[in-house]
Amino acid sequence: MNQDQLVVDKIKAAYPDVIEDVVDFRGERTIYVHTGQIREVCQLLRDDDDLQYNFLSDICADDLLPDFPRFAVNYHLYSIPQNHRLRLRVWVEDPEDGPETVGDVWPIATWLEMEVWDLIGVRFKGNDSLRRLFLPEDWQGHPLRKDYPLGYEEVQFSFNWQEIDAKKPYAKE
Amino acid sequence: MTLSTDPNVIQELTVEELRAKFGTGMEIAGDEEYMLLSMGPQHPSTHGVLRLLLELDGEIIVNLAPDIGFLHTGIEKTMESKRYTLGLVLTDRMDYLSPMSNNLGYILAVEKLLGVEATPRAQAIRVILTELARISSHLVWLGTHALDLAAMSVFLYCFREREYILDIFEMVAGQRMMVSYFRPGGLWRDLPEEFEPAVRKFLDFMPSRIADYEALTKNNPIWLDRTKGIGVVSAEQAVAWGMTGPSLRGSGVNWDIRKAQPYSGYEQYEFDVPVGTDGDVYARYLCRMEEMRQSLRIIEQGLDNLPDGPVNIDDPKIVPPPRSELSHSMEAVIHHFKLWTEGFDAPEGFVYQSVESPRGEFACYLRGDGGPKPARVHFRTPSYVNLASLPIMSKGLFVADVVAIIGSIDIVLGEIDR
Repeated sequence: MNQDQLVVDKIKAAYPDVIEDVVDFRGERTIYVHTGQIREVCQLLRDDDDLQYNFLSDICADDLLPDFPRFAVNYHLYSIPQNHRLRLRVWVEDPEDGPETVGDVWPIATWLEMEVWDLIGVRFKGNDSLRRLFLPEDWQGHPLRKDYPLGYEEVQFSFNWQEIDAKKPYAKE
Repeated sequence: MTLSTDPNVIQELTVEELRAKFGTGMEIAGDEEYMLLSMGPQHPSTHGVLRLLLELDGEIIVNLAPDIGFLHTGIEKTMESKRYTLGLVLTDRMDYLSPMSNNLGYILAVEKLLGVEATPRAQAIRVILTELARISSHLVWLGTHALDLAAMSVFLYCFREREYILDIFEMVAGQRMMVSYFRPGGLWRDLPEEFEPAVRKFLDFMPSRIADYEALTKNNPIWLDRTKGIGVVSAEQAVAWGMTGPSLRGSGVNWDIRKAQPYSGYEQYEFDVPVGTDGDVYARYLCRMEEMRQSLRIIEQGLDNLPDGPVNIDDPKIVPPPRSELSHSMEAVIHHFKLWTEGFDAPEGFVYQSVESPRGEFACYLRGDGGPKPARVHFRTPSYVNLASLPIMSKGLFVADVVAIIGSIDIVLGEIDR
């Protein structure tokens, strides 16, 4: 049986309502999964003997402003034994209330989720090591979002910090 | 823990706070007070601006946390405001030791999104140049790795051969390092005449040079002492922690994207994938040395069977017309003008293209929104992911071993921070 079809059948057998959509584009299969159950689906895909998605290649997020839901998170899985790639995609309505972490399925996910949180600001439930990775720890905002200013901003240095801080759009306490 | 945003406040963090700040999800050692040592960001053996926070018990490493981001330049964000062709030049600057592999990964993703495939000649040239870049990258790795382990002369020999490869790149692309030679739909231009003799000469002398490097290192007792049994990672751990490339194959997992999911015509070439058994620094060293020999085999086959024909696809919407046509064809002028002022529109949708870079799986996630600029570009860079397993490899070892392990996973900081 076709591996693409097998994946969908296996997920449907275990969790009947979890698949929202299946899209094929340029020979790549994308499965839209219900946000709340991403961890269970990943666990199934890794542990099933016919699938064995033992390798998490990447996690990355999309900002789809002005659409709603605004964010989408992609999980690029690969099965070394079956030589098959698969993309899981979940919608995220509120970035502060993102999908559950898959760090206990693939340990590398903790590290990849940190990058997503740092640059696009989607928080993963249960990942307690989310921190600023590329940016300084006191950075405001998430630069890969579409509403992030693209320049023409005064650069904040230690000597003019307060002066520029006063003009920033975010709310002061 | 709350951090003050006021830069004038000097914050004294306790060990627990530092752990909370720099912990990477790894388990934390017992309650004893350990010494915290910051290694880097200005340190010759971190191969760039990498900072490591070491938690030491004497000279033994209890815990280790990488702190990255010193070279972050927002390449992914910048590419969202560049047209597809212009974004290419930024990919050179991520993994500056093998820009050809980055170019290839990005260009293949763009071509996949557009639904076009390069001509056989362009594909063969891409393979030859990417394999040359692999050798040159492995030469830098070997040289700096040996330098970290106090073997000075290997570095000089490696850079001598690397210069030869960079000269070939300059001949082909006009640039030694930031080549940007692969373009959507083909290449910048065809190979010059001097290319083949130069590469043939390289193929002649390189095997004996690799033997020279091995004579200096392979059975050297100091080298063996510093690398054998150091930084061991099992096959299961390596897969779970997302390691790729020679670092994964050193642990005995036979996975090479060139074999498993061939791209750019790799299925036509005959080569072996070296796989180690021990998963230590020495196994990764052996894998890379053998990979250089296999790359030579691929280059030789590529030159022998180099197809004739055009290097660019016949689609003026993607590839600019040749200079000679501009003087007598109105259509060519229009296409040229439209292409360099507006670019080409890519369809809506997203693709993910992986290639085997010298360090591992380099992948490009590209989302088009129907316009001439990508809506989202994301790079899965092998150095970034391989770095995550540094803590599990170095726990319980000496500080000096960390230097050997960093060398063995062959990180490039430009690619980690991008």
